[in-house]
Amino acid sequence: MRIGVVCPYSWDVPGGVQYHVRDLAANLIARGHEVSVLAPADDDTPLPDYVVPAGRAVPVRYNGSVARLNFGFLSAARVRRWIHDGHFDVLHIHEPATPSLSLLACWAASGPVVATFHTSNARSRAMIAAYPILQPALEKISARIAVSEYARRTLVEHLGGDAVVIPNGVDVGFFADAPVEPAWQGTPEAPTIGFIGRIDESRKGLPTLIEAFPRIVEAFPGVRLLVAGRGDAEEAVADLPEALRGQVTFLGMIGDPDKARLLRSVDVYVAPNTGGESFGIILVEAMSAAAPVLASDLDAFRQVLDGGRAGELFAVEDAEALAAAAVGLLRDPVRREELREVGRKHVRRYDWETVGTDILGVYETVTAGAPAA
Amino acid sequence: MTVIWILLAVLAVGVYLSWTAGRLDRLHARVDSSRAALDAQLLRRSAVAQEIATSGLLDPASSLVLAGAAHEARNAAEEEREVAESDLTRALRILFEAPDQADDLRARPGGEELVAELQTAVRRVPMARRFHNDAVRGARAVRRHRLVRYLRLAGHAPYPVTFEMDDEEPHALQPGGS
Repeated sequence: MRIGVVCPYSWDVPGGVQYHVRDLAANLIARGHEVSVLAPADDDTPLPDYVVPAGRAVPVRYNGSVARLNFGFLSAARVRRWIHDGHFDVLHIHEPATPSLSLLACWAASGPVVATFHTSNARSRAMIAAYPILQPALEKISARIAVSEYARRTLVEHLGGDAVVIPNGVDVGFFADAPVEPAWQGTPEAPTIGFIGRIDESRKGLPTLIEAFPRIVEAFPGVRLLVAGRGDAEEAVADLPEALRGQVTFLGMIGDPDKARLLRSVDVYVAPNTGGESFGIILVEAMSAAAPVLASDLDAFRQVLDGGRAGELFAVEDAEALAAAAVGLLRDPVRREELREVGRKHVRRYDWETVGTDILGVYETVTAGAPAA
Repeated sequence: MTVIWILLAVLAVGVYLSWTAGRLDRLHARVDSSRAALDAQLLRRSAVAQEIATSGLLDPASSLVLAGAAHEARNAAEEEREVAESDLTRALRILFEAPDQADDLRARPGGEELVAELQTAVRRVPMARRFHNDAVRGARAVRRHRLVRYLRLAGHAPYPVTFEMDDEEPHALQPGGS
């Protein structure tokens, strides 16, 4: 099958959607399909040979944060040419409502279109105002995919209609087979707790974990906290008593292999995010690496953790509850072993093997219907 | 001067109407193709169910129930289709409710492929149905516009209808579900 994939965000900037598109393309190519990805990138950025650069993206303030987007006459022309020359059997557009390549591709598309909705933003006034503009373009989408039940619900509320839920994929084997790192492993008296995420983004919840840390130390004086992610380490521990700061290790930004090793090594992985998550891929990665997961009780996390069956949940931003749950888990090796086991089984549905098959199923459903109108 | 403005206004209305008609036409085409895709998936599902029922790999009672449900689904009249397909869904769910049924079937000669085919079929029916109902909703939204109604821009295209049925797949056939 000839598949055209549109990624709205800069290829050279790390991000969930970009990783998803990259892994999807790799998976489809491995299955023997022809894939072309259109993504914002400078003409001189080194790119995998399946990526077609659509020109430089410009930073614009959109939806509460600065995003790098492509729009304007030139971008629209490039999108049209790519679609025309590609002769795709199906066009897979990510984040179709983003005012970037995706919306342009929706606009220019003529054949079967599949779209994946990743984010679940609260309904904004800008969105309501833009609705009549968006609607005719979005009408061309023959199949909508939402990455979680939560994302689907917001999609239904904002735009009406319906979508199938196909979660984001994870290379489960990569995390499951990673070696453990003895330096990051704990002992029953001095266990280790892991955290991965931007330090300076409060949405990722590190402040809650830091606030809870002294209470965890009371129960486990030797406990260590391993923090991986970009941001100012000193600022992050400013509220922590001086004596405890030595027990927090900052690993900085780490690559995928180190991330897998970290998750394989820790006794508990904590995800204290305070909101704005539509999926929670890190939880799936942690479960793939068989790390017991403790996460804040967000809709998206609750769903990924199967309502609390595959991991423990605590009230959002409640440091007291976090500390109690963490201590409870660290004291209970049987429960942790149980979570590792349930998690390992639970993540099978997020493996690229399953997810890739489902996405291909959508392509086939859409193209099987009838010749393109 | 006024004449020019009037002409321009008439032209603008004309362009808008023809654009809306095109949009509606595209939406109707989408409804038709999504319905065809749904029919194809439903047919595929009943065909696999029938094949499993007649394969001799199941116990005779289950075979009979499944064959009956699959036959009903394939031969149902249009207005009874939703009910018949839902019945097939339920028959499959009951059949695979027994925890070891899927594994037992897989272990028999030729069973592995049949279960895999059924797994694909029961997964695609809900997909195709959601895509179809989504297309129907889109077309209805445009057809509800006052201008579209008064000027009969929809022409003779039948009013699009959703397809309502129970399509929940058997738990044991979901990835990681058994």
